[in-house]
Amino acid sequence: MDIMDQIKEQIEANNIILYMKGSPNAPQCGFSARTVEALMNCGERFAYVDILSNPEIRANLPRYGNWPTFPQLWVKGELIGGCDIVTEMHAKGELLPLIKEAAAG
Amino acid sequence: MQKQHAIESIISAAFAPQHLELVNESYMHSVPAGSESHFKLVLVSDRFSGLRSVARHQTVYAAMGDMMQQIHALALHTYTPEEWQEQGVAPESPQCLGGSKHDHH
Repeated sequence: MDIMDQIKEQIEANNIILYMKGSPNAPQCGFSARTVEALMNCGERFAYVDILSNPEIRANLPRYGNWPTFPQLWVKGELIGGCDIVTEMHAKGELLPLIKEAAAG
Repeated sequence: MQKQHAIESIISAAFAPQHLELVNESYMHSVPAGSESHFKLVLVSDRFSGLRSVARHQTVYAAMGDMMQQIHALALHTYTPEEWQEQGVAPESPQCLGGSKHDHH
Protein backbone atom coordinates (compact mmCIF):
# COMPACT_ATOMS: atom_id res chain seq x y z
CA MET A 1 0.00 0.00 0.00
CA ASP A 2 1.18 3.52 -0.75
CA ILE A 3 2.49 5.23 2.37
CA MET A 4 0.02 8.12 2.08
CA ASP A 5 -2.87 5.62 1.84
CA GLN A 6 -1.48 3.81 4.86
CA ILE A 7 -1.41 7.02 6.89
CA LYS A 8 -4.93 7.90 5.76
CA GLU A 9 -6.16 4.47 6.78
CA GLN A 10 -4.54 4.73 10.23
CA ILE A 11 -6.06 8.13 10.86
CA GLU A 12 -9.50 7.09 9.63
CA ALA A 13 -9.53 3.75 11.46
CA ASN A 14 -8.57 5.22 14.84
CA ASN A 15 -10.69 7.93 16.43
CA ILE A 16 -7.77 8.90 18.66
CA ILE A 17 -4.25 8.38 17.35
CA LEU A 18 -0.99 9.86 18.55
CA TYR A 19 2.15 9.92 16.42
CA MET A 20 5.02 10.20 18.85
CA LYS A 21 8.69 9.48 19.53
CA GLY A 22 8.84 6.29 21.57
CA SER A 23 5.86 4.65 23.27
CA PRO A 24 3.42 5.95 25.90
CA ASN A 25 5.32 4.04 28.61
CA ALA A 26 8.74 5.01 27.28
CA PRO A 27 8.55 8.31 25.39
CA GLN A 28 11.83 9.35 23.77
CA CYS A 29 11.28 13.08 23.70
CA GLY A 30 10.06 15.62 26.25
CA PHE A 31 7.44 16.98 23.88
CA SER A 32 6.04 13.50 23.22
CA ALA A 33 6.14 12.72 26.97
CA ARG A 34 4.16 15.80 27.87
CA THR A 35 1.58 15.16 25.16
CA VAL A 36 1.05 11.51 26.03
CA GLU A 37 0.72 12.42 29.71
CA ALA A 38 -2.10 14.85 28.94
CA LEU A 39 -3.78 12.25 26.76
CA MET A 40 -3.47 9.45 29.32
CA ASN A 41 -4.99 11.80 31.89
CA CYS A 42 -8.21 11.67 29.89
CA GLY A 43 -8.54 7.97 30.75
CA GLU A 44 -9.52 6.69 27.31
CA ARG A 45 -7.81 4.17 25.06
CA PHE A 46 -5.92 5.56 22.11
CA ALA A 47 -3.78 4.28 19.29
CA TYR A 48 -0.19 5.38 18.85
CA VAL A 49 2.57 5.04 16.29
CA ASP A 50 6.25 5.28 17.29
CA ILE A 51 7.70 7.32 14.44
CA LEU A 52 11.29 6.48 15.48
CA SER A 53 10.65 2.88 14.43
CA ASN A 54 8.52 3.88 11.42
CA PRO A 55 10.82 6.13 9.38
CA GLU A 56 8.55 6.13 6.34
CA ILE A 57 5.65 7.51 8.34
CA ARG A 58 7.96 10.00 9.98
CA ALA A 59 9.09 11.19 6.56
CA ASN A 60 5.62 11.45 5.03
CA LEU A 61 3.13 12.38 7.75
CA PRO A 62 4.36 16.01 7.78
CA ARG A 63 3.18 16.31 4.14
CA TYR A 64 -0.13 14.67 4.94
CA GLY A 65 -1.02 17.05 7.74
CA ASN A 66 0.94 20.13 6.67
CA TRP A 67 2.66 19.84 10.05
CA PRO A 68 6.45 19.32 10.15
CA THR A 69 7.04 18.16 13.74
CA PHE A 70 6.15 15.42 16.23
CA PRO A 71 4.19 14.53 18.29
CA GLN A 72 0.90 14.92 16.39
CA LEU A 73 -2.50 14.17 17.88
CA TRP A 74 -5.28 13.27 15.45
CA VAL A 75 -8.88 12.96 16.63
CA LYS A 76 -11.66 11.78 14.33
CA GLY A 77 -9.55 12.37 11.26
CA GLU A 78 -8.60 15.91 12.23
CA LEU A 79 -5.21 17.21 13.32
CA ILE A 80 -5.56 18.64 16.82
CA GLY A 81 -1.95 19.74 17.13
CA GLY A 82 1.40 19.04 18.73
CA CYS A 83 2.67 19.32 22.29
CA ASP A 84 2.04 23.03 22.75
CA ILE A 85 -1.59 22.90 21.61
CA VAL A 86 -2.49 19.65 23.38
CA THR A 87 -0.94 20.86 26.65
CA GLU A 88 -2.74 24.17 26.38
CA MET A 89 -6.07 22.44 25.68
CA HIS A 90 -5.51 20.14 28.65
CA ALA A 91 -4.82 23.12 30.93
CA LYS A 92 -7.99 24.84 29.73
CA GLY A 93 -10.11 21.71 30.22
CA GLU A 94 -10.81 21.43 26.49
CA LEU A 95 -8.99 18.17 25.88
CA LEU A 96 -11.09 15.91 28.10
CA PRO A 97 -14.47 16.52 26.40
CA LEU A 98 -12.87 16.18 22.97
CA ILE A 99 -11.30 12.83 23.87
CA LYS A 100 -14.40 11.55 25.69
CA GLU A 101 -16.57 12.36 22.72
CA ALA A 102 -14.17 10.71 20.28
CA ALA A 103 -13.91 7.60 22.46
CA ALA A 104 -17.68 7.33 22.57
CA GLY A 105 -17.60 7.08 18.80
CA MET B 1 23.63 32.60 16.31
CA GLN B 2 23.09 32.20 12.56
CA LYS B 3 19.82 30.28 12.74
CA GLN B 4 18.59 32.46 15.57
CA HIS B 5 18.97 35.58 13.41
CA ALA B 6 17.58 33.86 10.32
CA ILE B 7 14.46 32.70 12.16
CA GLU B 8 13.92 36.10 13.76
CA SER B 9 14.07 37.85 10.41
CA ILE B 10 11.76 35.31 8.72
CA ILE B 11 9.18 35.66 11.47
CA SER B 12 9.44 39.45 11.69
CA ALA B 13 8.88 39.79 7.96
CA ALA B 14 5.95 37.36 7.87
CA PHE B 15 4.01 38.40 10.97
CA ALA B 16 4.86 42.02 11.80
CA PRO B 17 4.81 40.86 15.44
CA GLN B 18 3.96 43.08 18.38
CA HIS B 19 6.12 40.79 20.48
CA LEU B 20 8.68 38.23 19.36
CA GLU B 21 10.73 36.13 21.71
CA LEU B 22 12.97 33.42 20.28
CA VAL B 23 14.79 31.40 22.92
CA ASN B 24 17.51 28.93 22.04
CA GLU B 25 16.71 26.01 24.36
CA SER B 26 19.23 23.63 22.82
CA TYR B 27 21.23 23.55 26.06
CA MET B 28 18.28 21.66 27.61
CA HIS B 29 18.80 18.79 25.18
CA SER B 30 21.34 16.10 24.37
CA VAL B 31 23.12 18.06 21.65
CA PRO B 32 26.63 19.60 21.60
CA ALA B 33 27.21 22.91 23.41
CA GLY B 34 26.49 25.91 21.18
CA SER B 35 23.94 24.03 19.07
CA GLU B 36 20.99 25.72 17.42
CA SER B 37 18.62 22.75 17.40
CA HIS B 38 15.77 23.49 19.82
CA PHE B 39 13.98 26.82 19.89
CA LYS B 40 10.97 28.28 21.61
CA LEU B 41 9.06 31.02 19.84
CA VAL B 42 6.61 33.31 21.57
CA LEU B 43 4.81 35.34 18.94
CA VAL B 44 2.16 38.00 19.32
CA SER B 45 0.56 39.20 16.11
CA ASP B 46 -2.69 40.57 14.70
CA ARG B 47 -2.41 37.92 11.98
CA PHE B 48 -3.62 35.27 14.44
CA SER B 49 -7.03 36.86 14.98
CA GLY B 50 -9.80 34.44 14.09
CA LEU B 51 -7.44 31.49 13.62
CA ARG B 52 -7.51 28.35 15.75
CA SER B 53 -4.20 27.13 17.24
CA VAL B 54 -3.62 24.51 14.53
CA ALA B 55 -4.03 27.08 11.77
CA ARG B 56 -1.78 29.55 13.61
CA HIS B 57 1.01 27.02 13.90
CA GLN B 58 0.57 25.99 10.28
CA THR B 59 1.08 29.59 9.15
CA VAL B 60 4.29 29.75 11.20
CA TYR B 61 5.53 26.46 9.73
CA ALA B 62 4.67 27.69 6.22
CA ALA B 63 6.64 30.91 6.79
CA MET B 64 9.58 28.92 8.18
CA GLY B 65 9.68 26.68 5.09
CA ASP B 66 12.99 24.81 4.76
CA MET B 67 14.24 26.28 8.02
CA MET B 68 12.06 23.71 9.83
CA GLN B 69 14.27 20.97 8.36
CA GLN B 70 17.36 22.58 9.82
CA ILE B 71 16.22 22.51 13.43
CA HIS B 72 14.96 19.78 15.69
CA ALA B 73 12.17 21.47 17.61
CA LEU B 74 10.24 24.71 17.60
CA ALA B 75 7.95 25.13 20.59
CA LEU B 76 5.26 27.58 19.51
CA HIS B 77 3.17 29.92 21.63
CA THR B 78 1.03 32.16 19.46
CA TYR B 79 -1.22 34.93 20.71
CA THR B 80 -3.27 37.81 19.42
CA PRO B 81 -2.44 41.12 21.13
CA GLU B 82 -5.63 40.79 23.20
CA GLU B 83 -4.77 37.26 24.36
CA TRP B 84 -1.23 38.30 25.18
CA GLN B 85 -2.49 41.16 27.32
CA GLU B 86 -4.50 38.66 29.36
CA GLN B 87 -1.84 35.95 29.55
CA GLY B 88 1.43 37.86 29.43
CA VAL B 89 3.68 34.83 29.80
CA ALA B 90 4.24 31.66 27.78
CA PRO B 91 4.52 28.15 29.30
CA GLU B 92 7.85 26.48 30.03
CA SER B 93 9.20 23.89 27.57
CA PRO B 94 9.60 20.24 28.64
CA GLN B 95 12.89 18.70 29.67
CA CYS B 96 14.72 16.50 27.18
CA LEU B 97 14.48 12.71 27.22
CA GLY B 98 17.32 12.06 24.81
CA GLY B 99 15.35 11.58 21.59
CA SER B 100 17.42 14.03 19.56
CA LYS B 101 20.35 11.61 19.71
CA HIS B 102 18.54 9.87 16.87
CA ASP B 103 18.71 12.96 14.68
CA HIS B 104 21.38 14.52 12.56
CA HIS B 105 20.79 18.22 13.04
